[in-house]
Amino acid sequence: MKTENNFFKKLFAKNYRSRTISFLIIIVGYIAVEALMMSGNLSSMFQSLLVPVTCYIVAAIGLNLNVGVSGELNLGQAGFMCIGAFSGVCVSGALAPFISNGIVRLLLAIIVGAALAALFGMIIGIPVLKLQGDYLAIVTLAFGEIIKSLINNMYIGFDSEGFQFSFVENKLHLGPGGKALISGPMGATGTERISTFMIGVLLILAALFIVYNLMYSRSGRAIMACRDNRIAAESVGIHVANTKMLAFVVSASLAGAAGALYGLNYSTLVPSKFGFNLSILILVYVVLGGLGNMTGTIISTIVLVLLPELLRGLADYRMIIYAVILIITMILTNNDTFKGWIAKLKNSLSFKKQPKEAEAHE
Amino acid sequence: MAFLSYLINGLSLGSVYAIIALGYTMVYGIAKMLNFAHGDIMMVGAYVAFFALTSFGIPVIPSVLLSMLATTVLGVVIERLAYKPLRHATSLSVLITAIGVSYFLQNGAQLLWSSSTKVFPAIISNGSVKLFGGELQISYLTLVTIVVCIAVMVCLTLFINKTKTGMAMRACSEDKGAATLMGINVNMIISITFAIGSGIAAIAAVLLCATYPTLSPTLGSMPGIKAFTAAVFGGIGSIPGAFLGGLMLGVIEILAKAYVSTQLSDAIVFAVLIIVLLIKPTGLLGRKLSEKV
Repeated sequence: MKTENNFFKKLFAKNYRSRTISFLIIIVGYIAVEALMMSGNLSSMFQSLLVPVTCYIVAAIGLNLNVGVSGELNLGQAGFMCIGAFSGVCVSGALAPFISNGIVRLLLAIIVGAALAALFGMIIGIPVLKLQGDYLAIVTLAFGEIIKSLINNMYIGFDSEGFQFSFVENKLHLGPGGKALISGPMGATGTERISTFMIGVLLILAALFIVYNLMYSRSGRAIMACRDNRIAAESVGIHVANTKMLAFVVSASLAGAAGALYGLNYSTLVPSKFGFNLSILILVYVVLGGLGNMTGTIISTIVLVLLPELLRGLADYRMIIYAVILIITMILTNNDTFKGWIAKLKNSLSFKKQPKEAEAHE
Repeated sequence: MAFLSYLINGLSLGSVYAIIALGYTMVYGIAKMLNFAHGDIMMVGAYVAFFALTSFGIPVIPSVLLSMLATTVLGVVIERLAYKPLRHATSLSVLITAIGVSYFLQNGAQLLWSSSTKVFPAIISNGSVKLFGGELQISYLTLVTIVVCIAVMVCLTLFINKTKTGMAMRACSEDKGAATLMGINVNMIISITFAIGSGIAAIAAVLLCATYPTLSPTLGSMPGIKAFTAAVFGGIGSIPGAFLGGLMLGVIEILAKAYVSTQLSDAIVFAVLIIVLLIKPTGLLGRKLSEKV
């Protein structure tokens, strides 16, 4: 009995540790960046990366919930970001005459973006989650492309009489003081840039809070059970479709929130930005960070966003080196010799803990 | 008559997709991996053919053969260096590696051949066959594309079904462990699969560039995604499925462009894919896998 108690205590401590570490990384990172900015040591290029990094982290945390925890390969995360971004731009643009406070509008835009993305996630999730493996991947890919292509043909304007909407051709007749919010392939132009780094950091903390609470709840364990063995999960009474849907929708809404923040960070934004390549980019962050490991996702996102910038000195070769680093990392992390070597290193670093562990196993 | 001409144009575009999709589906069937770099291998083939034709003035057929040789070697080298060490890794790791390879090829091409677009020379004379008293015109290029696609398909089917290597390939796609026990060199078969898939990608590249003659380092990505879609559409892993999926995708795309909207054609293609997968979750000709408990 006693050993079992010990075991559970340790498990909780360990769970708690990874949570604490990821929250700490974000808070310490925020303070460090603010300090650097105040002392004027942060180049304008890095400053311009701050908000996008937070967006990528939030979208990647969401995707990790879907790919890592729920085990469904999703290649359409950019589609949800696209929904969030353009609905966020619309909300912020439409509310501009009524609410002058940028932060309030940003928060509203994020909420609307997340809600709309969640709604689309649910609509697409009903048929999609019936499929498995690579077929699910291709449908999410197709969905992302459809969203991009639809918004590419959408014209939305806002004037004193409310929203105006037209499709394929620009038929907006805006009254005086009206504003075109989305103009087809030109995307959103003249957006007021209201995203701030602080809100981005708060959004990451919120995303971590949501995802960790979900992961360590009854539903989270059900999600992981469905991933590990669908049939066994079904036979103990877990509703597989609903459980998978939960992960899918939460993941989509996080991407929507990230998209809203992203969209309001640029004065012009084209729908083609949210293509297959962006989905893949976020997937790379998730896989390199480790499936199901949120701390890893945060670190790998930061490193991989900064890497091309740090390699800028190498000019034309930087993307090639980036690609090579990607391939070598994947090969090394799957190499048994290398894995053994890392495990040995870990053991020798934490040799003090070993006697305790031995005790616990007795 | 307009419909018939759209249909034929669709079949021609679909033939190109089908050839690329054959490469995807063969690699998937045997190595069980999504080779996202396949479109970029095709792009390299297009550049090799371009330089053979323009800079060296080599005639068309030898240029295509040269381009095929180049992509075959490239495919095998990539497989040996990047994919072989990951034979037993999770499919996601392999997918990310394939994406890394894709980045590598695109950026390498940009570095070697600059990102500015190049114009592919016309390789087939501009004439056309007139049917029904001139009402229906089919350009030679369209005819050649369709004929080449059918030829590739027939050769591949014969190879898979009639030769010893083909039999070994089928065995590997069934069960790698059992194939090894039968004395089949599985690594060798996977290399051969990559070689064939990459080699025929060069044919697709030349046909694609003959129809849409702009060459850029990102040339392969969109046809790559479309071909991947085509492969899934037909049932990934199935060779007739890839052929059928490619042709249907091309026809749907051209008809959507002609009758609905040019801008929305991609959305329509992908929407049809989703609908097909909902009705038949393993694609048109895919095998239904039963689950063991």
